[in-house]
Amino acid sequence: MNSKKWNTVATGILYFIAGVMILILAFLLIFILWNGLPHVSWHFLTTPARSFQTGGGIGIQLFNSFYLLFLAMLISIPISIGAGIYLSEYAKQNWLTSLIRTSIDILSSLPSIVVGLFGFLVFSIQAGLGFSILSGALALTVFNLPLLTRNVEESLNSISESQREAGLALGLSKWETVLRIIIPEALPGIVTGMILGAGRVFGEAAALIYTAGQSAPALDFTNWNPFYIASPLNPLRPAETLAVHIWKINSEGIMPDAAQVSAGASAVLIIAVLIFNFGARFISSRVYGKMTGTK
Amino acid sequence: MHDDIKDSLLKKSRATRSEQRGRIISLTCTAIIVLIVISIFYFVASKGLATFFSNKVNVWDFLSKSIWNPGSTDSHGSPQAGALPMIIGSFGVTLLSAIIATPFAIATAIFMTEISPNKGYKILQPVTELLVGIPSVVYGFIGLSVVVPFVRHTFGGTGFGILAGTFVLFVMILPTVTSMSVDALRAVPRYYREASLALGATRWQTIYKVVLRSATPGLATAVIFGMSRAFGEALAVQMVIGNAVLLPHNLISPASTLTSVLTMGMGNTVMGSAANNALWSLALLLLLMSLVFNLLINKIAKRGRI
Repeated sequence: MNSKKWNTVATGILYFIAGVMILILAFLLIFILWNGLPHVSWHFLTTPARSFQTGGGIGIQLFNSFYLLFLAMLISIPISIGAGIYLSEYAKQNWLTSLIRTSIDILSSLPSIVVGLFGFLVFSIQAGLGFSILSGALALTVFNLPLLTRNVEESLNSISESQREAGLALGLSKWETVLRIIIPEALPGIVTGMILGAGRVFGEAAALIYTAGQSAPALDFTNWNPFYIASPLNPLRPAETLAVHIWKINSEGIMPDAAQVSAGASAVLIIAVLIFNFGARFISSRVYGKMTGTK
Repeated sequence: MHDDIKDSLLKKSRATRSEQRGRIISLTCTAIIVLIVISIFYFVASKGLATFFSNKVNVWDFLSKSIWNPGSTDSHGSPQAGALPMIIGSFGVTLLSAIIATPFAIATAIFMTEISPNKGYKILQPVTELLVGIPSVVYGFIGLSVVVPFVRHTFGGTGFGILAGTFVLFVMILPTVTSMSVDALRAVPRYYREASLALGATRWQTIYKVVLRSATPGLATAVIFGMSRAFGEALAVQMVIGNAVLLPHNLISPASTLTSVLTMGMGNTVMGSAANNALWSLALLLLLMSLVFNLLINKIAKRGRI
């Protein structure tokens, strides 16, 4: 066979594999949505789960997921922005900086179960927080920090050097230049990274089973005092999230309609991830337009 | 005498003070991250090493024996903590899924960058990006409701086991490895391709002899990154592997991985007991393996730069 024929054969094979890939991916999405969406209703999204009967919902788990996401982002966003600024603006090329970069690399490649066990040991047991939203949020912060930091650093690095020089020439300090000139310009990239990070956190389970716990006590949605034990806002109550719920009902196998509930919950998770993905694109283009005046 | 001019000359200016504050704030944030990493190593190592120092388990026995019952002791009086079944399980699913995923991922990446860079790229790029974001429990659930029954009908047995775990991890790391391979292939300069085509090479010859060769370090990084994800994945694997701490006889007998045993066991043991310490040793092993993967990626990246 000559090289031209080989070329045709290889191209054919590549088309075939790409087709198979698209089929696999399409199958995944369609399977989840097809099986899950029929179970998703307002009732399903708002009622508490039932362990031994059919007809339970995911109301509390859904609320827990969002609350945990909110708390985790509240802690991790300021830290990651500060660290990103340091790495992009202040860090010199020396051993200390390379040590910092290496540790961020290591942290980002740690298995999430190890992060969860670390959180269990340090936040739940040694700090005495027990299985609570707060220790879950701290574990998620550990899990999320390296990626957010790297994203902030990359977004800041992409801003041209002349902007920094312009700020300094106006008599601003470096810090003021960063806060008033560089960060606003880098905001689309930073926001996109934050939203994608939020999507990752939303579906995380392994880091949470031993920190936020695997139980979802009944909540009293009329009392929003954060110190009341059944209050939705109480950060010290155990909180099973949606992703943990899917894992738990499948591995325990006592819920009679576990398959239906997990199909519905999976569909909700996927839709949330879709929203986060599209939201990231949409917001970044909006923010970019606003900041640069192109829209 | 109060002298305004002297004061303003000797005192730090407002800008200097804000600069110092900013430097301290950003350095503190960075220090927090480094501190977290150090404390993860410290806590996991101090717990994980207790098995070998206070419970007197031989390190070699831990790595090579296959009886995992750390709550009870053997004839020498040390806990029966042989982690070989989990080590084999973890490496088994990781290597097998990487072996299946690599050709698929690289072929798809070639398709996206070389064969159909406009249409194919526009379809596949958002889809892979989306699939990277699918939570691992969802993959586990799909594995439980599709892969396990499929394996049971086709190969017999219960369906739970290394084969099911391999399939789930294959689908899970496929998008990650693909998108990293795409990045590696796109980093190959355009004039390499032009030079090769100008010499009369066909497109396949160009891909095979020029593009793939020069992208090898990047592609290797992508595969190793996928492996490190597969090795550390806990819940999706735990749901389909069968959770039997036995040496796997074949690919369809129930098995276990480091992560699955950790997931199942940590809640059922008392802190500080030998059984609990043995679990922390597994966590330490996971931590060290992720370090090894990290080191490999760095090595390859360095070699690729030269």
